[in-house]
Amino acid sequence: MGRTLLEKVWESHLVSRGEGRPDLLYVDLHLVHEVTSPQAFEGLRLAGRRVRRPDLTLATMDHNVATGDDTPVDPLSQQQLEALALNCADFGVPLYATGSGREGIVHVIGPELGLTQPGLTIVCGDSHTSTHGAVGALAFGIGTSEVEHVLATQTLAQRRPRSLRIRFEGVAPPAVTAKDLVLAAIGKLGVDGGVGHVVEYAGPVIEQLSMEGRLTICNMSIEAGARAGMIAPDDTTFAYLEGRPGAPQGAAWEAALDRWRALPTDSDATFDREVVIDVAAIRSQVTWGTNPGMVVPIDGAVPDPAAMDDADDRAAAERALVYMGLEPGTPIRTIEVDRVFIGSCTNSRIEDLRAAAAVVRGRHVHPSVRAMVVPGQAEAEGLDRIFTAAGFEWRRAGCSMCLGMNPDVLAPGERCASTSNRNFEGRQGAGGRTHLVSPAVAAATALAGHFAEAGEV
Amino acid sequence: MKAFRTVTSRAAVLDRPDVDTDQIIPKQFLKRIERTGFGEFLFFDWRKHPAFELNQPEAQGTRILLAGRNFGCGSSREHAPWALQDYGFDAVIAPSFGDIFRQNSLKIGLLPVTLPAGQVHDLMARARAGEELTVDLEARTAGGFPFDLDDFQRECLLQGLDEIALTLREEDAIAAYEAAHAAPISTLTV
Repeated sequence: MGRTLLEKVWESHLVSRGEGRPDLLYVDLHLVHEVTSPQAFEGLRLAGRRVRRPDLTLATMDHNVATGDDTPVDPLSQQQLEALALNCADFGVPLYATGSGREGIVHVIGPELGLTQPGLTIVCGDSHTSTHGAVGALAFGIGTSEVEHVLATQTLAQRRPRSLRIRFEGVAPPAVTAKDLVLAAIGKLGVDGGVGHVVEYAGPVIEQLSMEGRLTICNMSIEAGARAGMIAPDDTTFAYLEGRPGAPQGAAWEAALDRWRALPTDSDATFDREVVIDVAAIRSQVTWGTNPGMVVPIDGAVPDPAAMDDADDRAAAERALVYMGLEPGTPIRTIEVDRVFIGSCTNSRIEDLRAAAAVVRGRHVHPSVRAMVVPGQAEAEGLDRIFTAAGFEWRRAGCSMCLGMNPDVLAPGERCASTSNRNFEGRQGAGGRTHLVSPAVAAATALAGHFAEAGEV
Repeated sequence: MKAFRTVTSRAAVLDRPDVDTDQIIPKQFLKRIERTGFGEFLFFDWRKHPAFELNQPEAQGTRILLAGRNFGCGSSREHAPWALQDYGFDAVIAPSFGDIFRQNSLKIGLLPVTLPAGQVHDLMARARAGEELTVDLEARTAGGFPFDLDDFQRECLLQGLDEIALTLREEDAIAAYEAAHAAPISTLTV
C-alpha cells in the first residue's frame, strides 16, 4: 500500500522504533530563539551535557528585539537576548544576532536561507514551526524540555500522529489569498479540529500557490490544533530553493531533486481523516472574536451567540464579544480600526509586503489609523519607501506586535487589523482587540479606516 | 522531572473551552530565564477580575484543575505548565488538550488527564459540591474514571525519570543513524 508524505518522512528518520514507547526520531534542523531556550541551555550546563550537533542548530533573535531605535527593549528582554548570545558562544551554536544583518523571524529566515528543505525533520521551541512544512518537511513546535532533549541528543521521542488531508477544491475568487484559505479552513475545522493530527494540504489551489502562500497556510496549522502542516514538494518548491545558500549545489542538487520527487503522497495512500473545502465559496476573511476559528467573510456580520447550538461555543462567543467590544449583527465593513499591523511569521515575507505595497502605493493611511510594517527579514526591495510615503511606519525585522513581547503593543481597547496568527485576549497587548486578516485586507483597511478590500479604496 | 504517583484534593473548575497558553501565562512573563516562580503570574489578566474562577474561596489550595476542551491550545511556551505546577496544581483534567501543552506537561510531571466530556462535567459537579477527587496514576483513574496513558509515559512520571538520560542510553543507535545518513544541511556554512 502507498505511503503518505508524513509516513515517508517519519520512517526515514527513525533512530529506533518504539515498543510500548514512542519512536525516537532524528532531527535534521533545530531552530532556536531567545525566549524558549535559556532554561534548556541551563539544563545542559547543570547536567554537564553538550550540544550534540551545533552544525544542525541555528539561533536567531526575534521575539523580544527592538524594531526601532525609538523603542529600546527593557532590561529583562536585554538579559534574555544576552543569555542567548552567551549560550550560543558557550555551546558553539551559530547565532544570527540583532544587528548582524542576517537576523529575522526564525520561520522566515529558515526558508529564505534554503535550510528548510523537503523531507527534513525540523523543530523549534515555537508553535509556528509548522510553517516549514510548506516545502514538504515535517516541522513542529516543541517546549523547552524537548528543546533541551534535542540539543543534547539531536533526537526526539514522539508518538506517530494521525494524518488529516485537507483538499481545497474548485477555483478561488481573485481577491482570495492564502491567508483567507487557511482562516476559512480553521473556521470550518474549529481551533481543536486538528488536535493529534498532522495536516497535509492538497488540491489544485495549493498546487498553484506560491511558496510564500504555502508557508502562510502551514504556519497556521497550529491554530486548528494540528502540530504540523505539510505540502507536497513540487517544481514551485524546487524553483524557490534553487541557488539559496543552504540548498544543495551542483551534483548534490540533482541528487536531492531525485529524493524530493519521491516524497509526495502515493495515490493509493490513505489518511486517518479527509476534509474537502470548496474554495469557490471563500471570500476575504476577518476574525471577530478571540480565537482564529471565530472568523467570517468580510461581507458578513458579527454573529449572534444566541444562534449557536453548542453551549460552550455560545458562552465563549459571548465572552469574546464583550472583550472585543462588538455587538451581534454589526457588518464587518463598518468596524473601524485604530491600528494596522503588517508582519509576523504568517505574513511578513517579501510577497506579502509586495501585495500590501500594491494596495497602498500612491495613497495615504487614514488619519485616524496608526499603521506599521515589520518585515520578517532584512531585505526589503525598496518597498519600505512605498510604505513610508503612504504614512506607514517601517520597522526592523522581528516578531513585533504579533505577540507584543517588545515595545510594539496595543493600548487597552485599541482595535487592530493584523496579518498575524492569533487574536487571543491580550495577545498584542493587554486589553487590545485583534482582528486577523490578509496583507491585502490589512493594507486596504489602513487606507479606509475600517475593514475593506483592495478594490474599494 | 517531578515524580507523580497520586493526588487527592478538592478541584478547581474552569469550565471554558479553548483556554490558550497566552491566558495561562501572558507573554510579559516569558522574559525570565529561570524555570521557577511563574505561579504568581498564572492567569495574570483573568485573575484581576474578582469573579474569575480561581479567585473563589473554594478554589484556594486545590491541586487538581478541571478544565474545558482544548485546554492549553496555542503557543508552545512550557512556561504555561510551569506556572500551573508552581501555583500548586499537580494534575489537569479536561476533555482534550493542545498537543504541545500536553507534551510539555508530561515532561515536567504535571499530569494531563483526558476524559470524555460527560465524565469531566460529572467531576465538575462533584468538585462544585466540595467533594475531594483522587487522581491515581498507578491505577490510571481520576475521580473513579479510568483514563489512558501509555506505559512508558506512566513509568517516566511515576519515577520522575530524566528522559534525556534514557535517550542517551541509545547512543549506539543514534551514532548508527548518523553514520548511515549524511547531514542534508549545515548551519555552519550558510
